[in-house]
Amino acid sequence: MTVSFRTASGGRIDRDRTIRFTFDGTAYRGHPGDTLASALLANGVRLMGRSFKYHRPRGVLAAGAEEPNALVSVDRGGGRWTPNLRATQVELHEGLVATSQNRWPSLSHDVGELNDVVPPGVFSAGFYYKTFMQPASAWANLYEPFIRRAAGLGQAPSQADPDHYTHRYAFCDVLVVGAGAAGLAAALAAAQAGARVILCDEQAECGGGLLGERDAVIDGVPASDWAASTLATLSGDKRVTLLPRTQCFGAYAQNFFGLVQRLTDHLPHPDPRMPRERLWKVRARQVVLATGAIERPLVFPENDRPGVMLAGAARAYVNRYGAKPGDRAVVFTACDSGYAAAHDLTAAGIVVSAIVDLRPGPDGPVAATARGAGLDVRSNAVVTGVEGRLGVRAAMVATIAGNGLVGPSERISCDLVLMAGGWTPAVHLHSQMRGKLRFDAEREMYVPAAPVEGSRSAGACNGTFGIAEALAEGFSAGADAARAAGREWSERDWSPVVSGEIVPDGGFHGAVPHDRDVQKVKAFVDFQNDVTEKDIRLAVREGFRSIEHVKRYTTNGMATDQGKTSNMNGLAIAAGSLGKPIPEVGLTTFRAPYTPVTFGAFAGHSRGDLFDPIRRTPTHDWARAQGAVFEDVGMWKRAWYIPRGGETMHAAVLRECRTVRETGGLFDASTLGKIEVVGPDAAEFLNRLYTNPWTKLETGRCRYGLMLNEAGFVMDDGVVGRLAPDRFHVTTTTGGAPRVLAHMEDYLQTEFPELRVWLTSTTEQWAVIAVQGPNARAVLQPLVADIDMAREAMPHMSVREGTICGVPARLFRVSFTGELGFEVNVPAEYGQAVWEAIWAESQKHGFCAYGTEAMHVLRAEKGYIIVGQETDGTVTPSDLGLDWAIGKAKPDFVGKRSLARPDMLKPDRKQLVGLLTVDPAVVLEEGAQITAEASPVKGTAALGHVTSAYESAALGRSIAMALVAGGRSRLGETLYVPMPNAAIAVTVVEPVFLDREGSRLDA
Amino acid sequence: MPEIARRPALPAPGEPFPGVAVTLAPLPAAARFVLRGDLAAVAAAGNAFGVALPSRINTASTLGARSALMLGPDEWLLVADDTSAPDATWALVRALESALGTVPHSLVDVSHRQTAIRVEGHEAALTLNAAVPLDLCEEAFPVGMATRTICEKAEIVLWRTGPRAFRVEVWRSFAPYVMDLLSAVSQENVPD
Repeated sequence: MTVSFRTASGGRIDRDRTIRFTFDGTAYRGHPGDTLASALLANGVRLMGRSFKYHRPRGVLAAGAEEPNALVSVDRGGGRWTPNLRATQVELHEGLVATSQNRWPSLSHDVGELNDVVPPGVFSAGFYYKTFMQPASAWANLYEPFIRRAAGLGQAPSQADPDHYTHRYAFCDVLVVGAGAAGLAAALAAAQAGARVILCDEQAECGGGLLGERDAVIDGVPASDWAASTLATLSGDKRVTLLPRTQCFGAYAQNFFGLVQRLTDHLPHPDPRMPRERLWKVRARQVVLATGAIERPLVFPENDRPGVMLAGAARAYVNRYGAKPGDRAVVFTACDSGYAAAHDLTAAGIVVSAIVDLRPGPDGPVAATARGAGLDVRSNAVVTGVEGRLGVRAAMVATIAGNGLVGPSERISCDLVLMAGGWTPAVHLHSQMRGKLRFDAEREMYVPAAPVEGSRSAGACNGTFGIAEALAEGFSAGADAARAAGREWSERDWSPVVSGEIVPDGGFHGAVPHDRDVQKVKAFVDFQNDVTEKDIRLAVREGFRSIEHVKRYTTNGMATDQGKTSNMNGLAIAAGSLGKPIPEVGLTTFRAPYTPVTFGAFAGHSRGDLFDPIRRTPTHDWARAQGAVFEDVGMWKRAWYIPRGGETMHAAVLRECRTVRETGGLFDASTLGKIEVVGPDAAEFLNRLYTNPWTKLETGRCRYGLMLNEAGFVMDDGVVGRLAPDRFHVTTTTGGAPRVLAHMEDYLQTEFPELRVWLTSTTEQWAVIAVQGPNARAVLQPLVADIDMAREAMPHMSVREGTICGVPARLFRVSFTGELGFEVNVPAEYGQAVWEAIWAESQKHGFCAYGTEAMHVLRAEKGYIIVGQETDGTVTPSDLGLDWAIGKAKPDFVGKRSLARPDMLKPDRKQLVGLLTVDPAVVLEEGAQITAEASPVKGTAALGHVTSAYESAALGRSIAMALVAGGRSRLGETLYVPMPNAAIAVTVVEPVFLDREGSRLDA
Repeated sequence: MPEIARRPALPAPGEPFPGVAVTLAPLPAAARFVLRGDLAAVAAAGNAFGVALPSRINTASTLGARSALMLGPDEWLLVADDTSAPDATWALVRALESALGTVPHSLVDVSHRQTAIRVEGHEAALTLNAAVPLDLCEEAFPVGMATRTICEKAEIVLWRTGPRAFRVEVWRSFAPYVMDLLSAVSQENVPD
């Protein structure tokens, strides 16, 4: 196709260079500076999409972020597929591949359009709710798949996103959102005051509306030249950060703003190292909102046909992009800005057949000038319909008579109908900041009532439409913002001289009158969601009063569009139907994001291996080399089991358990939380935080500590060793480490500030190697020179400081297996070397390395609990049979008072017991419910649940632990664990299965 | 007795990425202590450690290879870059404990708990700001400032040692995450 819709000259495109691109497989040419929308228009392509519900043919409506119709998918190759991009925002680049959406088999022949010829009312508001109610199963199987196929936006990408994304925190004195007249002036003023400024604009080129002005002159230079020179000034200032292609999509607490910057989508061959997008997390002392205004469509029949577009958009296409959206235009206007479009189109060589002005008497200078230029201006007139399905062929134009009746209509041939319904200030960010809005009754628009602290609105988003006024207001806002941010500056006023602009004045809300059968025509309010005037009236008729309900029932203003072009018209129609003035009906909430933001941008680097920190212990590499299989415990990777020669997990765990009991094993316990509690009041502090008494614990001895929360429930446990009168080495569970430290700090700072004690996390200071088994001492003895490890010299539950393999160490004699055991603590960077030395020594005794699964089995055989497995936040020490761990003589400890509550003392509380299946080969499922009968009546409450269940190598049978109501009084009883196939009979026993007297520990 | 070698939390750095205006380098082993206590402890410890402990929060004092960072109202991180062997570290502990005597305090060796990464170059602050939510311009975060903060999902201590140089102190198991994250960021800051 030849380029037949380019203007002869002008615009901000680079006419010397040609760009090739494709749309729906057809090759076209455009120029640098084009958007996909402008390039398609310049190629005479009007049809760019199909509507969401009715599959109606659609062209481009707007020229910016508010575009509801021309949604396209862009394929950048290699899985880089982005749906639902607004063609008005897609920058043209060499090789761009774009396709239309929501059509099959093609854009011009879409079988889905049948939707549009079904009888009136069938797809009206609430249709889905009314029609697809029953039966419920049909929703998932029939209706939803059908609707999803028929109605929708583009296809989601099918491959993992190969691009990468990044984040940046940024700080500034003044953030200016929007680089139009007001924003540029604000940035200029703030920069002159020495402020750190960030100026962002969603478009590729900063300048906003100034770039689309043909005749406007600012202080003697054309508006676009003024914008260029201002940008040059700003970019030369090191304290100013200019961010084009950057959408400020959300405003959050304390002047925190979310910005997304497009870095590579506009480049034909981006450097693969570059992120596709950068999410800016900006903390601004002050913000100037200069987000402009959005032109309103006029709501009349067939106002959605390709070739019907906003007047301001048409101006942008001819003036900025040198693209003619048509050859013959009818301008339908209720605002003076329609006249500006008529003049600019005429200058671009487009015939303006008529200006149809809805207002009764446009007899001001603007209309007079138009008439003087030979234009056909009709006042008190309306467009009552549009001919042409895939593109406008004619507009029907009629006059409103004195009695309010419309007609008859005159047919005016044209291929372009412009709509100038007035401008709606883009108050989204102000509103997101919880700013109140005020309804300007005279101009019928919502504007910011008063600025939110730390913010100012300037220019069109503040209802200030003229360039001169916007510049002055922006400059003043920028200066004030800089001053409020602490920059000294006296000058604050600037009164630029602007000529050659037509200031928008006037506007219309709601549906315009016409002479057509209202049941048979569609006058669109929300183009993206296919909501018509009828739908909103129907919603009100059916009883919806709140505008929020009308919105949801009709879907007006929903989804990615968020009602940018439709909110005010929808509101006015609802208000009219309700017989209320607009402000009494209210306004829907402005939600972030202003335009859609990719998941990639939010995720940033937090994907793959960087999704979360992967914490590895000092001996991780050794375990990996041994073929260990790891499990995730919080962020840690822990060796789960270490199979030998193709062993299954089952075989490996049985072997590891057996080896530990027969001779011994090594276990990596480095992930256990460790807290050094130091100070003259350390023992007293522990007295208050743990249930146990600490005062009399001798230096060099250890004690099992049990920690409760204020409610009296077990929150953590661990062995605590006393290294000195004023120094304790506290251990916690792996997962509980940060929680326990925070809990301790909380009490220390808020409840016990008088205690002279300090807490330091040492979790990562120490590598911990558990050496467990009958030969544990024999393995360690040769490596320890300065600690007497003899049975009596170093009894169970003791700790010594000394050296192991010449490395400073803390040696604990503790056991979580029931065997003679030691835990070797060495500084982390020596961990692997010491492990290897112990390993080498241990091989003389046939030791194995064992993982967390074997550790679990070994401790369960001894009835040792694991907090978080045997406990669930509702379990008391007594429930666990741990009354012995409570220092009953202590005046107080955290949770003590709660333990005396009547509910905590009930005999039928769930108590820890052991379970032995009648069939020893059956291993119960952890979490399974326990009942008194094999086949309880449906609805019978369970007595409890299985907390741990394993196959025990030592016992040659399965074992389990469980929490059972009144469990300790049920010893010997038979209970049942109902499973899908059959109930499993179990016998209740003491929760200690092996070496109840503890003789192995004392070895 | 077998040979006992140290294994640092971070391997030695690879070749710096060409054209990137920031260098990321793991720093050698150092002795580190967390000192908690009041002003009496501060005075005693400063003498023994070799550098006066700062009394303004979030600042660091450095003399030679010894630095002290005030991270909380009663908390200092002492870093001795000239000390790493166990004997020397232990000697330093004894010297400090001896100087502190009966003054109530807590001195805990955290030499192996954490490791350090040097972030240096023209884009050091920009690189860090991909993950660190603090204003790192020199007005707000001058040379000598040090604070506990986060690096995306890891806790770090960030210490500005020069106009274009920072030291990141991070717990050892989080160090690879921080290094990999900053490294990924450093490689993407190519000119637009």
